[in-house]
Amino acid sequence: MAAGQQTEQPAEQAAGPATVQPVPDQASVDVEIAEWRLRYEKHLADGGARQNHPDRAYAAYHSTALRHPTQPLVAVADPEALELSGPVFGVTDVTDLDRDLTRQHNGEPLGERITVSGRVLDRDGRPVRGQLVEIWQANASGRYAHQRDQHPAPLDPNFSGVGRCLTDDQGAYSFTTIKPGAYPWRNHLNAWRPAHIHFSLFGEAFTQRLVTQMYFPGDPLFAYDPILQSVTDDAARARLVAAYVHELSQPEFALGYRWDIVLDGPGATWMEEGR
Amino acid sequence: MSVLPTPSQTVGPFYGYALPFAGGGDVVPAGHPDAVTIRGVVHDGAGEPIPDALLEFWTGPGAPGSMRRDPTSGRVIGRDGVTLTGFGRVPTDADGSYTVRVARPGPMQYVSVCVFARGLLHHLYTRVYLDGDAAGADFGSLSAARRATLVATPEREGVWRFDVHLQGAEETVFLEFG
Ligand SMILES: [Fe+2]
Repeated sequence: MAAGQQTEQPAEQAAGPATVQPVPDQASVDVEIAEWRLRYEKHLADGGARQNHPDRAYAAYHSTALRHPTQPLVAVADPEALELSGPVFGVTDVTDLDRDLTRQHNGEPLGERITVSGRVLDRDGRPVRGQLVEIWQANASGRYAHQRDQHPAPLDPNFSGVGRCLTDDQGAYSFTTIKPGAYPWRNHLNAWRPAHIHFSLFGEAFTQRLVTQMYFPGDPLFAYDPILQSVTDDAARARLVAAYVHELSQPEFALGYRWDIVLDGPGATWMEEGR
Repeated sequence: MSVLPTPSQTVGPFYGYALPFAGGGDVVPAGHPDAVTIRGVVHDGAGEPIPDALLEFWTGPGAPGSMRRDPTSGRVIGRDGVTLTGFGRVPTDADGSYTVRVARPGPMQYVSVCVFARGLLHHLYTRVYLDGDAAGADFGSLSAARRATLVATPEREGVWRFDVHLQGAEETVFLEFG
């Protein structure tokens, strides 16, 4: 999330001429994070509903400023809406090797080999079957294989950081990869993203689409990161963090992480249940 | 609904080598008799183009094969030119523009659009209508000006213009379901 790489003041200009806006520091971002937590606590105290998703206007992630709508969303109640169906994918869209990010090149990538596995469920707890899961991530040094990532950490010629798979009949997915590194970004001075893997998921309906990020347990950067903290509900935020499961670790091979994913939004049962 | 959902997070700036795929905007082949091209620019609240947005289009009905792979090399070889998957995915260019080719909307009269971008913590849904009357039938309670943000403008034969404004005076109508 090098948010602001193109649009915000690079850190080097912090000490520039007086006309240059000062780069916000961590202390000012901490204040913004605390303000939104308080605002959410007040919302709950006033009887407001729990919020499972970030507020698009969340200010501590500065790139939201010009990229969030200010008009309320318009509710669609049509039970025949096209969005209640969705794209499908199949065996032509993935290969077996796509789920193993450590085997896409001639050599093995550097880093701590891990597996990430879990199930994709809908809000009723039913497995999402045969649907596409896509992931992308930085390498062990915290560098993306993306031209715009200018973080001076080494690229790994044996790691692209892209994977995909289809969920099975139980909604299960699994990837073998390496643990990504933390990386700096320019939201504010000394901003660092906690290690994370980007996930993209499809459900049975387009309304269940989800793009999100999975984090690793115990990362000391959590408290400083406005993207993770944009989920102001403590329980919801915890659902973005995978669990280390020793039984999933494989001797002499890889550490095992488990992360279950629940897709929001109405699915095919929406109409039947008269919602 | 008994299980609590996984929160959304931004797609960020670095999805470019992972999510877009060759032919992602060719939901129907160029020679398809009902093909219409929709193109436009995604803007932020200052009116500036957004060069790192990702748009997905859903027209239904769906079949697998949007991102077909070569079983020998594993490379993405794109669609087979016959199967209609109903699904398109295009990143915006450096100038914020995108192009997608779809079949002229049938009974539903619209194409569903899902918008992702750096700085957008949770994706947004909107629709492209080619016919203002159809948009009026579905969104009669909106002001004419708001409703107009859902309607593409004919540019020339077979080509329609549909800009997306995430914020500002021309802010696009975004939808929620359920
Ligand atoms: Fe990232």
